[in-house]
Amino acid sequence: MGKSVIIIGGGIAGMEAAARIAAMGKEVILLEKSDQLGGHLRKWDRLFPTRRKSDEVFEYLSNGLNDKVTIRLNIKINKIKKDDRHFFVILEDGESLKSDALLLTTGYDLFEAGKKEEYGYGIYDNVITSADLEAMFRNSAEIKTSGNQKPRRVGFVHCVGSRDEKAGHLYCSKVCCVTGVKQAIEIKEKQPDTEIFCFYMDLRMFDRYFEDLYYEAQQKWGIQFIRGRLSESCENPDHSILVKVEDTLTGRPLKMTVDLLVLLSGFVPSSDTNKLADMLGLLPGSDGFLTPVDEHFRTNETQVDGLFLAGTVKGPATIENTITDARSAAISIIKYLEK
Amino acid sequence: MKQFGYSINPDRQIDYDLTDKSLLSFIVSFEPSLLSCISCGTCTATCTAGHFTDFNIRRVHTLLRRGEITTLKKEIQKCMLCGKCQLACPAGVNLRNLIRSIHVAVEKFNV
Repeated sequence: MGKSVIIIGGGIAGMEAAARIAAMGKEVILLEKSDQLGGHLRKWDRLFPTRRKSDEVFEYLSNGLNDKVTIRLNIKINKIKKDDRHFFVILEDGESLKSDALLLTTGYDLFEAGKKEEYGYGIYDNVITSADLEAMFRNSAEIKTSGNQKPRRVGFVHCVGSRDEKAGHLYCSKVCCVTGVKQAIEIKEKQPDTEIFCFYMDLRMFDRYFEDLYYEAQQKWGIQFIRGRLSESCENPDHSILVKVEDTLTGRPLKMTVDLLVLLSGFVPSSDTNKLADMLGLLPGSDGFLTPVDEHFRTNETQVDGLFLAGTVKGPATIENTITDARSAAISIIKYLEK
Repeated sequence: MKQFGYSINPDRQIDYDLTDKSLLSFIVSFEPSLLSCISCGTCTATCTAGHFTDFNIRRVHTLLRRGEITTLKKEIQKCMLCGKCQLACPAGVNLRNLIRSIHVAVEKFNV
């Protein structure tokens, strides 16, 4: 019988790795906890920096899943065991699945913005997250406040739950800066009369064409960037939001009213990753994400023989990097199986 | 009346909802390249006037963007229009024309 691989997590990394491993003739069982594949990708409307529809990427990933991939949705894992040669993934109903290699692609969760209580998410109606805004882009023609009005002024708060020792996450989530700039441009395209302000600490436009997007935001759309981290927001009687910040480039405190405040929530290690890491005896890094054996040379391997990692289970990453990493994991796994 | 020696400091906070942006709109229409500023401070680092006075063109520009214009007229008198800032600017802001626009604007709006 041919060798097989179990992949836990049916998001971008899981789907792409499944497709690549299956294309090389190995059996793959792709396990997903929710009722659909695609993970966070399904919540996006358009992607940075290309503005490609997320559905196109999902379609590409879906097309890769040939008849060698068995997709299992709504899966809950009870236990994972390993003997000398095989992994045994035991599901909640007692079913045991066997494989020669195991790949963890359990991704990330979005930081719960309500934990930054001073920003008012879950308290004030017009404080939303970038994920909420993306859902508006996906579902409706117009961006509106809780009072069903077009917002005259929108604020974006960078680094919500990231670079924040109080939130327990000292690391940068990498993609929130460019997400905010993309979303700011999209609001201007839909509703050009909107004034937009981004409150940032540093703009980390690290990847190709990200800086171009920042330039476009300033030059073409007049989106304004104020360097300073929000201390707090409060609700006015008309449900608009008063924000307070130090405008660090003038060295003075600043306040302004916005009709809608968007919090750019960062990445946190997914709760399922922690549970699985415990079962498999993997120690997470200081940031809580899982770590490969060697961060330059063995980027998908772990201390456990036959156990591999791919995608944002290893920390914040773009979709492009996640897909590339999944392909890299597929190569490592095939090499391992043919050893 | 007995003087107790107490006073009230004026509020240093910029209240963006109340500050005057009409001057800014006028200047942007004159010199739209100022929107490309990335607040790096290269202009101020190279500024000859800034080496001998407290003139800080980066800060003057940022305050203008916030609608804080009360000190604008006094500040831009310190510039000698040498143009070094413009040569150094990585974002392509036409700083000499920006200063010129501010001169025109402060006269027009009488600030």
